[in-house]
This record gives sequence, C-alpha cells and structure tokens, in this order.
Amino acid sequence: METPVYPAQNYLSNGHGLKSWLLTKDHKRIAILYLISISAFFFLGGLFAVGIRLELTTPQGDLFQPDTYNKFFTLHGVIMVFFFLIPSVPAVLGNFLIPPMVGAKDLAFPRINLLSWYIYVVGGIFTLFAIVAGGVDTGWTFYTPYSAASSSTNVVPTALGVFISGFSSILTGLNFIVTIHRMRAPGLHWFKLPLFVWAHYATSLIQVLGTPVVAITIVMVFAERAFGFGIFDPQRGGDPVLFQHLFWFYSHPAVYIMILPALGVISEIVSTFSRKRIFGYSFVAFSSLAIAVFGFIVWAHHMFVSGITVYAAMVFSFLSFSVAIPSAVKVFNWSATLHRGSLSFEAPMLYVYGFFGLFLIGGLTGLFLATLGTDVHLHDTYFVVAHFHYIMVGGAIMGYLGGIHFWWPKMVGRMYSEFWSRISAILVFVGFNLTFFPQFVLGYMGMPRRYHMYPDEFQVLNVLSSGGAAVLGLGYILPVLYLLYSLKYGEVAGNNPWGASGLEWRTQSPPLTENFLEVPTDIPEAYEYTPKVIREAKLV
Amino acid sequence: MSSVHVSPLSTYLSIFAALMVLSAITVGAAFVNLGAFNPIVAMAIAGLKATLVILYFMHVKYSSRLTKLTVVLSLFFVAILFAETLMDYATRGWLNYTPMGQ
Repeated sequence: METPVYPAQNYLSNGHGLKSWLLTKDHKRIAILYLISISAFFFLGGLFAVGIRLELTTPQGDLFQPDTYNKFFTLHGVIMVFFFLIPSVPAVLGNFLIPPMVGAKDLAFPRINLLSWYIYVVGGIFTLFAIVAGGVDTGWTFYTPYSAASSSTNVVPTALGVFISGFSSILTGLNFIVTIHRMRAPGLHWFKLPLFVWAHYATSLIQVLGTPVVAITIVMVFAERAFGFGIFDPQRGGDPVLFQHLFWFYSHPAVYIMILPALGVISEIVSTFSRKRIFGYSFVAFSSLAIAVFGFIVWAHHMFVSGITVYAAMVFSFLSFSVAIPSAVKVFNWSATLHRGSLSFEAPMLYVYGFFGLFLIGGLTGLFLATLGTDVHLHDTYFVVAHFHYIMVGGAIMGYLGGIHFWWPKMVGRMYSEFWSRISAILVFVGFNLTFFPQFVLGYMGMPRRYHMYPDEFQVLNVLSSGGAAVLGLGYILPVLYLLYSLKYGEVAGNNPWGASGLEWRTQSPPLTENFLEVPTDIPEAYEYTPKVIREAKLV
Repeated sequence: MSSVHVSPLSTYLSIFAALMVLSAITVGAAFVNLGAFNPIVAMAIAGLKATLVILYFMHVKYSSRLTKLTVVLSLFFVAILFAETLMDYATRGWLNYTPMGQ
C-alpha cells in the first residue's frame, strides 16, 4: 500500500490569516470556528464544576458563601447546556460532515451558516458579561417567581445571551433541513443516507420547532422584570407554574438536541468498527424521528411536585415511558450490529463502548423519575443530577468525543496518538462513573441538589465524587493535548484510515473547499461493508 | 427558484383592510360582556387574522405541498403545547383541595 501524502490543496490551506477565517463561508471552516468556541466554553463551564466539586468535598460550606455557590452551579449549567452541549455535535460535526455525507459542496445557506456562528458568539459575550458583572444565581432553569421578582443578580444579560444563542441554533437547524431535502447527490435517496444525517434531521426539527418557545418565554421573564407584566405573578392573575410548562416544552426536547446527534455518531462508529451494516437501518432511522416527536409530549415529568394536577401528572408519566421505546430500539439494534461483527477497539470505538454503559444507566434511571411515586422521593435530589449527567455527559459527550476522534483524521488529515487516545477514553469512562454513580446513592439517601452544605454522613460519597471529577477532568484535558500535537506531528491519515463506507470518506483528508471535484454519482447503499468495498476503501 | 407567485396589489390591500376590520372587532368585543366566551372570541379573531397573514402575506396559499405540510406540522406542535398545558389547568378544579392553614 502506498504511504499517504498530505494534500497541499485543502480547505485549511485555502486562504490564510484571521480574515480568511472570520469571513469564511466554507462549512468546514465554520465547523472549526465552532469547535474552538465551544471548547472554550466547555472548559469555562468545567471550571465552575471544579468549584462545585471542591466545595462539596467537605460537609461545611467552607469555600464559598452560599450565594457564590448558587452562582457557580447556575453558570456551570447555563454554559454547559446552552453554549456547549446544544451546539456540540450539530454545529461542529454536523456542519463539517452533512454536506459531504449528502454529496454536496456546502450547506444550503453558507452565509446564514456563518451568521449563526456570529450570533452564537454574541450570545456567549452577553453571558460572559453576566459572569464578569457578578454572575447569576437562578439555576440554569431561570424558574419564576425567583428569576422574575426576587433575584438581584444578572438575570437579564444571561437570559439575553441564551435568547440570542437560540437563534444560532434555529438557523443551524434550518440550514440542515433544507440541505438534506434539497442538496442530496443524484441517486442518494433517503434510505441511503447515513443515520448521522437522519439523526441531524430529527434534531433540526426540534431546534426549529422548540427553540422559539423558550426564546419567547425568556422574553416574558424579561418583560416581567422590566415592566411588571404579571404573566407569572399570581397577585396579578398570572401563574409561576406556567413558566415551567413553557420552559420545559423546549428544555426537555433540548435534551434530545444534545443526545440525538450523538446517537447518530454512534451508528456511524458502530458500523465502521464492526464492519457491518447497521441492523434494522430503517428502524434506527425512524426511531430518531420518534424520539424527536415523543420528546415534545413528555415535558411535565419535570414538574410532578411543582403543583400540577395529579391527572395531568398521570398522563405525563405514562407518556414519558414512551420515549424509552425508540431509545431501546437504537440500543438493541446497535447490540445486534455488534453481534458477529468484526469488532475492533480503536479509540472512537472505546468511547462507543463507554457510551453504551452510560446511556443505558442514564436511560433506565429516567424511568425511575418518570414514575410518579418514586419521583416524589427523588425529585431535586442528587439522583436527578446523576441521571441527567449520565445522559448529557455519559451519552452526549461520549458520542461527541467518539465522533471527534473518528473524524479527526478527515478534519485535519493527520492521526493522533492511538495510545493516549485509548488512555483518555478509559479515563473518561472510569472518572465519569466515579463522579456520578455515588450521586445516585446520595440522591436516594436524600441529599438535595443545589446546596453547598450537607450532613456529615454524606461526605465519603461526595469525596469519591470529587475524586472522580479530577480523573474525568484529566480525561478531558488529554485529548486537547494529543489532538493539538497531532496537527503538526501526527502521521498523515490518508483519505480513509478506518476503511469506512460513506461519501465523506471518498474526499481527500483534509477535504478540498468544494469537498468533491465532481458530484458523486455512484452512490452506495448505506454501510455497505462487503469485502470488496473494504478492500477498495483501504486502497484509496 | 423555479416560480414565484406575484399577487396583485389589490389582494394585499384587501387583506390589510380585513385585518384592520378584525382588529376593530377585537376591540369592540372587549367592551361586550360575553362571560367565558370573551377570551374564546378574542382568540378566534386572532386565529383568523393569523391565518390570513400566513396564507396571503407569507404566500403559503401559493406554495408547494411541502411548505403547506410544514405549516400544518408547526401548528400541530403548537397544539401539543396548548393541549397538554391545558391538561394541567383544566383539571385543577377537579380535586377537592384545601390549602394548609385554612
């Protein structure tokens, strides 16, 4: 086999200097801009997590004042949810990969794509301003009446930041929907599309349909604070619970904005490293749409103890169980794909194996919380904190990191250290479980979330959790180091280092600005892992 | 774009006039005591106005079936928001509940 050569002409070399990046309309460069910005926010959000875990190593509140602690967990949540998790997979991997996966040169609206990044940055600046100006203490959920009437912290700039960044999310979703509908290569019909594209299509629907609701809800909080509208104020005929209905109508589906694209990543990696077509392709494809739709009808399971009626709670509890069905379809189908596959254990796949365990625990503990009786006991305890971290970190971030490792050779044209990447995947898995599994136990024992002090008997589990967070932090820092190192010193990857099927692997690594020299015409079936295809792919 | 529908100016003016008339009716209806029907009438008029805007000003009447489907689906999701929220509010009187201390 020939030694691959790093191509002189590629999207990274097409234009130099800051201006060429800040004015780019190339979807791949915009993906890199997002990668840099969301990574910065990830580590900022991580710093607040460090503060939280340090405070909780001792039962006494001896590091921060209670108010400061409130600001720490609020900013950790706001930054991680709105400025890292929601844009993570779609804005970085989706932006980079959807055009080549559908055989297109770019997204449908390249200028709008760049605009969405600028809007994201402006939203981020508002939030950073809120941090510098003294922080905000409402929790990432901005619950009324506290956020509307009582909090004297920077609610308005933070809420405005979230409001503005929402438009970035809407525009990205819109761009993906139009691209997937209108820009597929000739012969690339819907059931030949990679499941990554299906997952992003479902995600985009949520972004376009759900985000305006939270945006207008945030405007209502603003109107309440600034003009005393009274929408959420019982003294004026309003209702604070209405805020929760409107907020969770978006924010529950928002969990699926975070997790669905990661599920798409998992499908790609599983089939590549087991050398098999995804078992039950169409079921996995439609399960993404089902998750998107079911995600919209279950929101009030966040509100079982908020004062909604028991009748509504019963219906929402029943509906919440329905989300388990399409989620399970995916997990069972991936397992069936692995069965008798030609499995291997490269770093992307290690992240996927980790994902399976964490997503399974996260999903199943969701059923505890969807059950009315147990939720009354577990609501607002560390059990909930552990549950959503298993989904949002164990699921979404494992998928994101797996995807970054899988497509890094395509993005930059060079390989990273296989040894260190495996170490990192193992550290993340071990560190994550050590951090969050004790929190299930703490929650079950009754430790409430969002307090900076706790009874002495909870200390051992909290120290375990903080120790795990240190391991997890190391697992997250390592990839930054070896991925940056690979930019200059990594081996040249070649066009298709994993021998994967899929149109994006037919492009050179890193791709040309136009992705393809000619519009691809001989479109293969999705995940066509016949020996011939593998042999040819390796030879490319 | 393959074809763009161009409506005559008179259509826009007629719709604008209809919207103004409906706004006047909304204001007028606010002064008539219809009991529980006041908000229903107001919402019905608002819905009619929104329909006119979507069909004529936003050109959905002349758009492809995919566009029409998109509009209908969006309304379906709004209907979910309203229906499931009302599931809570409409059943609040069902419980014979006495707040503590009363």
